[in-house]
Amino acid sequence: MSFITRGFSGRGRAGRDERLPPGQTLVEDFPVLSAGPTPDIDTADWQFTIRTESGVDTSWTWDEFMALPIEDVSTDIHCVTHWSKLGTSWRGVSVDTLFEQVETEYEFAMAHSYGGYTTNVPLEDLLDGKAWIAFEFDGEPLEPEHGGPARLIVPHLYFWKSAKWVRGLVMMPDDDPGFWEQNGYHLHGDPWKEERYW
Amino acid sequence: MRRLPRSAWHAATVASVRPETSQSARIELDVDGWPGNAAGQHLDVRLTAPDGYTATRSYSIASSGPSSRVVLAVDRVPGGEVSPFLVDELRAGDQVEVNGPLGRFFIWEAPGADVSDAPNAPDAPDVSDAANASDAPDARDASRPVQLVGGGSGIVPLYAMAHAHAEAGDDTEFRLLYSVRTPEDTFFRAELAQLAVNGPGRAGGIRIDLIYTRAAPTGHERPPMRLTRDEVARLVVPAERAPRVFVCGSTGFAELVASWLLDLGHDARSIRIERFGGT
Amino acid sequence: MTEHHRTAHPAPHVDGNALAGPLAELFAFDVTDAVARCGSCGTADVVARAMVYRSAVGTVVRCPACDDVLATLVESDDRIWFSMRGMSAIEVRRR
Repeated sequence: MSFITRGFSGRGRAGRDERLPPGQTLVEDFPVLSAGPTPDIDTADWQFTIRTESGVDTSWTWDEFMALPIEDVSTDIHCVTHWSKLGTSWRGVSVDTLFEQVETEYEFAMAHSYGGYTTNVPLEDLLDGKAWIAFEFDGEPLEPEHGGPARLIVPHLYFWKSAKWVRGLVMMPDDDPGFWEQNGYHLHGDPWKEERYW
Repeated sequence: MRRLPRSAWHAATVASVRPETSQSARIELDVDGWPGNAAGQHLDVRLTAPDGYTATRSYSIASSGPSSRVVLAVDRVPGGEVSPFLVDELRAGDQVEVNGPLGRFFIWEAPGADVSDAPNAPDAPDVSDAANASDAPDARDASRPVQLVGGGSGIVPLYAMAHAHAEAGDDTEFRLLYSVRTPEDTFFRAELAQLAVNGPGRAGGIRIDLIYTRAAPTGHERPPMRLTRDEVARLVVPAERAPRVFVCGSTGFAELVASWLLDLGHDARSIRIERFGGT
Repeated sequence: MTEHHRTAHPAPHVDGNALAGPLAELFAFDVTDAVARCGSCGTADVVARAMVYRSAVGTVVRCPACDDVLATLVESDDRIWFSMRGMSAIEVRRR
């Protein structure tokens, strides 16, 4: 890049840190990324559903979901747009817990959100303590602009995989691309391998 | 529709930065190779940090015509990444990159004005086809009154239109309805007062109605409050006279005004809107 | 899975005018001045009137009538991805 504007560094862009994947910069705030209007979902209407090849849906209402074992999660998050935030704290239900009640041979999942957003994640990236359905951030109920009442968090992948306003997972035999994956972003999205784009 | 110059990325040198209001700056750029622009067009400003990080934002252009001196008026968005830098840090001699001129939808050109090349002659639009939403300007636009409605820094492209209209000595009827917080927050305050010296009935003239939402000048009859539907009904050229309406402001302002205009019988195709977000 | 939600939070959208810059690098005409037909609800309107959601990840263009996705734009340092998947047709005026 040969063209530099004197004195411009970008907002809140601090230095490097060895906990940061390549190409990432630390931020203190929490940028909001939206592909559309923020859906307003009452927990009374909220439902989380896993659909498998059997055609049978496994669903939880908000109250049923809250009765599941709840975990505290402290983790770093990495956005594909080059910002990372360290030591964020979440509360939610492990995806492992949900799959205790589900039988599937399929190896891939499509996360679906209220508002129509989708993102694909291999099942192996959702199980073994790698992913949660989170409903609290920093000790407070998750705000709608950050994906509340509940969002998927898959912190070891770029943050677009952590679908806001999540309402379910549909199991798939193949790793079909989700919303951003159809439009330029990497099918998998590992920040340590810089899997940003196709 | 006339042919307008093609857009491209250009290197720009800051000629001057001075306060426009307490929250904004007027920035004059000398743009290398700028092909000129129509009133109402915008450009994208790209800033590049030493590590290669870039940030790009769109700004309306307050000037028009063939000059390569381009005038912006930038409002400081609190917490924004680019606008506080432009308002507070940018100095004469600094360099930025600009992409433009951009946009052919939100523009006004004086009848007979020729930016370049010959005008084409489109067939008369088939107005009987309700599904045809195409609303490119046609010859009849020249005689239609023009109503500008701006909120806050949304005045910038509208000021460019009003100024171009005055410069051309154009006899189209022009009105501007401008909603602003306080007298001190008024963009182009002196220039607007100057434009308003010639009333709407005279060539290049304009009627300007200022609406103060937080504090009004002493002696101003209207108490400070938000623009109302009744005021829009009273101050905007009535729908029966088929004005072309240009609305620019925040998303909330623009959508509210547009909904009132539709209520008041204005044709959706006669309303052109430019909304702006933050940062 | 069915959806029951409403949109109550004013979204940080702008309008199709904002696409003029990014798309000027791709097309020989001003896309914002063209008319696009929504493949979902059939509404035809000038692209400048579309609802545009811009974030650092990408830009999503939505139909002003039905909110369905008309187009997406993703930019990296060296590449641009543009999808017009929600437009059934686009009308460009000859100049």
